[in-house]
Amino acid sequence: MEALNTYKAGPDERGHFGMYGGRFVAETLMPLILAVEQAYEAARNDPAFQATIDDFAKHYVGRPSPLYFAERLTELFGDGDKGAKIYFKRDELNHTGAHKINNCLGQILLAKRMGKTRIIAETGAGQHGVATATVCARFDLPCVVYMGVEDIERQKPNVFRMKLLGAEVVPVTSGSRTLKDAMNEALRDWVANVENTFYIIGTVAGPHPYPAMVRDFQRVIGDEVREQILAAEGRLPDTLVACIGGGSNAMGLFYAFLDEEDIRLIGVEAAGHGLDTDKHAASLTGGRPGVLHGNRTYLLQDDDGQILEAHSISAGLDYPGIGPEHSWLKDTGRVAYVSATDAEALDAFQLCSRFEGIIPALEPAHALAHVKRIAPELPKDHLIVMNLCGRGDKDVFTVADALGVEI
Amino acid sequence: MSNRQGAPAASAAPGAAIESRVERCFAALKAARRGGLVVFVAAGDPDPETFFEILSGLPEAGVDVIEIGMPFSDPMADGPAIQAASLRALQAGMTLSGTLDMAARFRTQDDETPIILMGYYNPIYSYGPQKFLEDAREAGVDGLIIVDLPPEEDVELCLPTIDAGLHWIRLATPTTDDKRLPAVLSNTSGFVYYVSIMGITGTRSASGAAVREAVTRLKRHTDLPVAVGFGIKTPEQAAEIVTVADAVVVGSAVIERLKAGLDEAGRAQPGLVEDVLGFVRALAEGVRQGRPG
Repeated sequence: MEALNTYKAGPDERGHFGMYGGRFVAETLMPLILAVEQAYEAARNDPAFQATIDDFAKHYVGRPSPLYFAERLTELFGDGDKGAKIYFKRDELNHTGAHKINNCLGQILLAKRMGKTRIIAETGAGQHGVATATVCARFDLPCVVYMGVEDIERQKPNVFRMKLLGAEVVPVTSGSRTLKDAMNEALRDWVANVENTFYIIGTVAGPHPYPAMVRDFQRVIGDEVREQILAAEGRLPDTLVACIGGGSNAMGLFYAFLDEEDIRLIGVEAAGHGLDTDKHAASLTGGRPGVLHGNRTYLLQDDDGQILEAHSISAGLDYPGIGPEHSWLKDTGRVAYVSATDAEALDAFQLCSRFEGIIPALEPAHALAHVKRIAPELPKDHLIVMNLCGRGDKDVFTVADALGVEI
Repeated sequence: MSNRQGAPAASAAPGAAIESRVERCFAALKAARRGGLVVFVAAGDPDPETFFEILSGLPEAGVDVIEIGMPFSDPMADGPAIQAASLRALQAGMTLSGTLDMAARFRTQDDETPIILMGYYNPIYSYGPQKFLEDAREAGVDGLIIVDLPPEEDVELCLPTIDAGLHWIRLATPTTDDKRLPAVLSNTSGFVYYVSIMGITGTRSASGAAVREAVTRLKRHTDLPVAVGFGIKTPEQAAEIVTVADAVVVGSAVIERLKAGLDEAGRAQPGLVEDVLGFVRALAEGVRQGRPG
């Protein structure tokens, strides 16, 4: 790998982050993909477009989200004269309860600009589906959300939310009946409805320009952290931690700090029952490069190149791929990727609830599980910022079930 | 994107008229003044042996070009019929190298009918593109159709395929406008596959008028034969297509026929092979009546 003077130059004009990314889609979609790219280029250079996003981000989403000093967990994880100081970026306080709305807001405004009259989306945990349904209600566009039947079962509250918001939720019964199959089904819909339909992809994956575009819409997370930590501590953080499914909350948090190489960036994948089993969702630590859903990236796959089913207690991390920029950041070594198991996430979920009075989503509970692992060894003046990217209301049934509690 | 000459010509000795099987096939169709029938079957569906029986019977049933689907776990451009076929094949143990074995075994008994492999990139990427191309050529494969490799990604497999002396057959679609068409047609050889609808395989059907207009437009840009597929289900539709196109592709309808011959556990019942081939024979008759010589 040649030396880089910036990690923020990607992607190139063909959508590549190193060898990752690209535009691996059917010809039917290709003209539209190019049109999205062109429209996005024009929009991002239009101050009025950004001003509209900022206005909705402030008054509708509730940005900026607070940077919160998690004092009790800092104490709990600390050990004598050691123990890092832990901050949470409170993106779970956004309207709809997760960071997903940041991206949906940007994409629906782009869809409007392009004159599209119908929105489709895929969802795993339902957070992206809810966020998409929300902006569709607000901007008066019909919304179809594809969701695997497995996920519909474990995320019932979000399914009902989407319906309340006026979206049609289409159960996906093909393949493993989770997020990847929902994405296949959304792509099939898109191919059949290219002329009027905009596909709001929920993470930093898919064909170019989606990975870069979604990152740009999520980078507000890290941009805010930068200002907020300077105000709180007078300096930048030492370590940033975020969970990774497709990787949008992590890209959003990391992006503003990529070029400060002394800041440790850590992405936490879902290890499910453990990386030594076949039930996990850690594509970076347990997969290898392949091509799926429009991009080259690390994938969970068998020897024949068939995509494997991922597993995680968290529906939002239950995806066998990852955004291509993360694959590149892994290969360059700029970001460290680790994993946490279902059991570790459940433990962190309960600690956060009991000690901070914050019920986190199972997704960031994975990030917290890693914070719990590293914080005790770090000096007291070490600043960790963890992205608390979603709240846990949607997960109470899953957690109750996992803990053997009937509600 | 760089341009290269049609592959088989490039690999032939200067001045020699060595044609590929695909080129010989379309030349013969032209001479006979009839349209061609291209049939898609998913390798290993419903199990390797039943599949091979079907494959072996296709030329005699009147198929001019065979498309063998390389099963993939996530066939994004395919409708329910081919999705299910892929899954059955994978569950019955089919792999990419198994697919190549099927082609090689077919070649021991038929050295004339062109074989095109159709599928998605990841299994090939995983196999190793260069090794795959060598093994495919060795197996007697004539060309590739890879759904998720548009011209923007030609360096991945399209250019190596041409260098290996195989045809790279591109999909043109209703969304491929005149501005984009030259890029789609460059590096394409053998024939052009026109996807007659916006959508996935085996779903809706295009009108005859729309197909006529589209093929006429394609013919303004290329001398290559044009095959039309997606949504063609009956001998009558096939007959109509070949009044305007050089060939018609039928896939999902053949697979639906196959599926009807499976028991509840997905196993082939007696008579399945003959029933599928009977349907293919009807398609072939339709094609021959569509444009009687």
